[in-house]
Amino acid sequence: MLASFLTESVPFTAPTLDYHALAPEIILTAGVVVLVLLDSIKLDRAKAFMPVVTNLVLLGSLIPLLTLAAEGTDRIMFGGSYVVDSMALVLKALFIVSAYVVVLLATNYVAEGDYWESEFYTLLISSILGMVVMASSRDLIGIFVALELLSIPAYMLASWRKGDLKSNEAGLKYYLMGVFASAILLYGLSLVYGVGGSTRLSDIAEVLAGSKDVTGVPIVTLALLFTIFGFAFKVSAVPFHVWAPDTYEGAPTPVTAFLAVASKAAGFVALIQIVFFCFAARPDIIQPLFFVLSVASMTVGNLIAIRQSNVVRMLAYSGIAQAGFMLAPFVVVEQEGIAALQAIVIYLVIYAAMNLGAFAVVVAVARRTRSAEIDSFNGLFSYMPAMAVAFTLFLASLIGIPPLGGWYAKFGVFKVLVSANTGMSIALAIIMAVNTAIAAFYYLRVARAMWFEEAPEGTDTSPLRSPSGLTAAIGLSIAATLLFGILPGLLSDVTSFGPLALGR
Amino acid sequence: MKTFLNDWGIVLMTFAPLVGGLVMLAIPKESEGTIKAVALVTSLFSALFGILLMADFNYDQSERLQYVVDVQWIELINSRFIVGLDGISLPLIALTLLIVPLVIIYSWDHIPSPGNPKAFLALILLLETGMIGTFVAQDLILFFVFFEVVLLPMYFMIGVWGGPNRQYASIKFFLYTLFGSALMIVSFLALYFLSDVQTFDIRALTEMGGSGITHTAQLVIFGGMFMGFGIKVPIFPFHTWLPDAHTEAPTAGSVILAAVLLKLGTYGFIRIAIPMLPGAAESWAPVIGILAVIGIIYGALGCLAQSDMKRLIAFSSVAHMGFVMLAIATLTDFGFNAAIFGMVAHGIITGMLFFIAGSVKDRFHTLEIRRLGGLLIQAPKMGWVLGLCVMASLGLPGLAGFWGEFPAILSAYNPAPGLSEPLFRTLMVIAALGTVLAAGYLLWLYQRTAFGTPTEEFADDPNIGDISTPEWIAWVPLVILIVVLGFFPSIIFDATNPAVTALTDGFGG
Repeated sequence: MLASFLTESVPFTAPTLDYHALAPEIILTAGVVVLVLLDSIKLDRAKAFMPVVTNLVLLGSLIPLLTLAAEGTDRIMFGGSYVVDSMALVLKALFIVSAYVVVLLATNYVAEGDYWESEFYTLLISSILGMVVMASSRDLIGIFVALELLSIPAYMLASWRKGDLKSNEAGLKYYLMGVFASAILLYGLSLVYGVGGSTRLSDIAEVLAGSKDVTGVPIVTLALLFTIFGFAFKVSAVPFHVWAPDTYEGAPTPVTAFLAVASKAAGFVALIQIVFFCFAARPDIIQPLFFVLSVASMTVGNLIAIRQSNVVRMLAYSGIAQAGFMLAPFVVVEQEGIAALQAIVIYLVIYAAMNLGAFAVVVAVARRTRSAEIDSFNGLFSYMPAMAVAFTLFLASLIGIPPLGGWYAKFGVFKVLVSANTGMSIALAIIMAVNTAIAAFYYLRVARAMWFEEAPEGTDTSPLRSPSGLTAAIGLSIAATLLFGILPGLLSDVTSFGPLALGR
Repeated sequence: MKTFLNDWGIVLMTFAPLVGGLVMLAIPKESEGTIKAVALVTSLFSALFGILLMADFNYDQSERLQYVVDVQWIELINSRFIVGLDGISLPLIALTLLIVPLVIIYSWDHIPSPGNPKAFLALILLLETGMIGTFVAQDLILFFVFFEVVLLPMYFMIGVWGGPNRQYASIKFFLYTLFGSALMIVSFLALYFLSDVQTFDIRALTEMGGSGITHTAQLVIFGGMFMGFGIKVPIFPFHTWLPDAHTEAPTAGSVILAAVLLKLGTYGFIRIAIPMLPGAAESWAPVIGILAVIGIIYGALGCLAQSDMKRLIAFSSVAHMGFVMLAIATLTDFGFNAAIFGMVAHGIITGMLFFIAGSVKDRFHTLEIRRLGGLLIQAPKMGWVLGLCVMASLGLPGLAGFWGEFPAILSAYNPAPGLSEPLFRTLMVIAALGTVLAAGYLLWLYQRTAFGTPTEEFADDPNIGDISTPEWIAWVPLVILIVVLGFFPSIIFDATNPAVTALTDGFGG
């Protein structure tokens, strides 16, 4: 019986694996295994080596990225479900370098705070693995698996400060909202599959672009809405943002930096895959939907950020507003295509540099002040001038003042909006311009505290050496922020993607 | 030498202060003498290149962009690093290169509380790079970058070293300007995409003069630029940040703000907004003219209501920049020449007035006009210098202020063809009335501060001395210029006229 079944069915052929293209993923997976083994064999003696091993794994996974980039050919695997092209390489590099900086931030934080150490790094790398997979997935299942792989470790990392009530709240809130969003997303994906008849994005896109009787039905709208809402949670777009401030405040600050930069970028990558490679044929839904998401995120995020008294919460709300800026190019997908994609990716890269830097300074200053309240930054310039200057640079970059990177990120978005020249995109550009000015107000409030206020009585103003890892993280971020701002051509060169990036 | 100047002159002049500022960061905070010396030497080094460039400059062809450097910058958006010098930017660069070293010399023993000369002087140098860069940039994106670079140093200068209400003033200054420039960059982008040649090259865009862009779109784009530049000038009703910023800023900040920063806005109108969109400029000109004249009268009336010397000078800036804007609104070569002269004259004279106000504040610890008096008795030399500057500011013939004000009023008699003559002649009459008010408030100020006898509280104050050496060094060049430009205005007009004529011919003004 079985034998006859086997002879009748199509013989199974194993897909050809391109080990070069998969090398980063393989190295990261091996890294997770090594870290777990190292921890279970050496126990406490391994603690000190964990961050080093983690960083070596991350650097090791960068090498195949570089060789792949040098080679420059696009690699398509599994019948188009897994693609390693120039965009995927840029995004993978972004995730891995961000993780490297996060490890630099976390090394002393985790070691000094009496937390579980080994598991921290294992989970971090697992999450990064999920992001790296996300960057290449062109398939509904691949995207969902990547999303869960990157999210579940993040839920645990958010509640890493076990003794702290706020951290527990952070983790639980993040988890509950996260699985809720996953459920919605999964339902949306099932509808997408029902419409497209395939899990492969390019196949679905073909169906959607094809006959009108399939695409005209409300089910497509519903599928798209559910899918995008699921990811909107991940990028903390209004109105799916409520978890972000509490989670950011409660989570350990290095984890917050990780969530605010890498995890958010991963959400945007998923949105890019869904919108650009799958639903680009339905601008009638995408345009108004993203217009509303973008305007709501930037406006609400900015207005609430003004009222914050805690730097981390302020950065959380500012991150919501920045997400609004990053959502704007989706509105002009139809008119701008690849240019809109490029604007988003450039924004993600620059945002990662400046935001990681800002969190690094918060971590460094909190070592002295034990607080992240804006008031605790009072008079910082008088006793930690280098930190004050560095933080000012990052804040100025977040505002978008040239020659710091942030200006080009915003400029790129303005450019595609104005270039599309539709009523909606011009309106969005003007709303964004107004929001830029509003945002300056709260960023400058921190700058004001550092420069204009007196240090509170009894502040310990003796020189404090920041650990070398933290200094390196800040240095790297400043260098990247300045470099991208003065020579944005570097970024626009590596992000000038070929037509494959649009899945056509 | 010639090729070296051609290739590197402008770049060195622009970025030398930035490099100097970075070098200063490496010097320990304690060696204040070295820090100040480095700051001064850097600004003089930059000025030296400015002088070399100006000596070598071909004044007969000042309409031609000289010492052009043009290299690839951001390929994706076709934006290039283009800098150059012509008759319009030259006087303003000269002004910047003169004012900054003088400010540094003045600050030698006037570092305002809470001290920290290192940060203070580094910010001044950073400001200098931003200001020179704005005047030499010939690419809209490059212009925008330099235009914005100026923002943060000024914010910190007001916020850290300013007066009691400094926090409010600094954030107000920052938000106003940022709002304007965000709209400005959107306008630049719109211009880029709507123009036939997709470029940010100022020369090419000027050449095109808005051809191919519908009139409605031109009006809107001009509106965005109007916000960006107008807030910086500032034009009524966007002027409210100015009195606060000026009053709270430390002396060095006030001087730089008045002498150079305000000119970035008017320069933007002459260099970018009007030549690139002459059609829209024609429609906007009456609005600009009316707002300019409102500014003249409102500024003057505001002056009459002030009880604080510095705030009075700040409001007089609103009025003076009104004259400049009126001249620009005429869209004629005569008007543009007058406007550029007005910018330089206002920079020198008002800069001087702020210097003196700062020194008065140092001595009397107040600027309340009611409590001052008898400066001519207590510090006679300073009293006379103040007198000269007041006369210059009210436009006395023979001093620089006259050539800034009188031609500006005159230019409104004959606006460019297409503009309403009756309207501009009415504006001319009202502006002329403004000069009477100016004479009123300035003489009133002088009378109450310099004449009479010192008030009781300061009569026997031993700390009140006459002009000190750093003050002399900082002031003498400006005082000499006020007189020299008064007698030989052609020094500036000769440089600007060919450039301005070519510019206005280009758009048929």
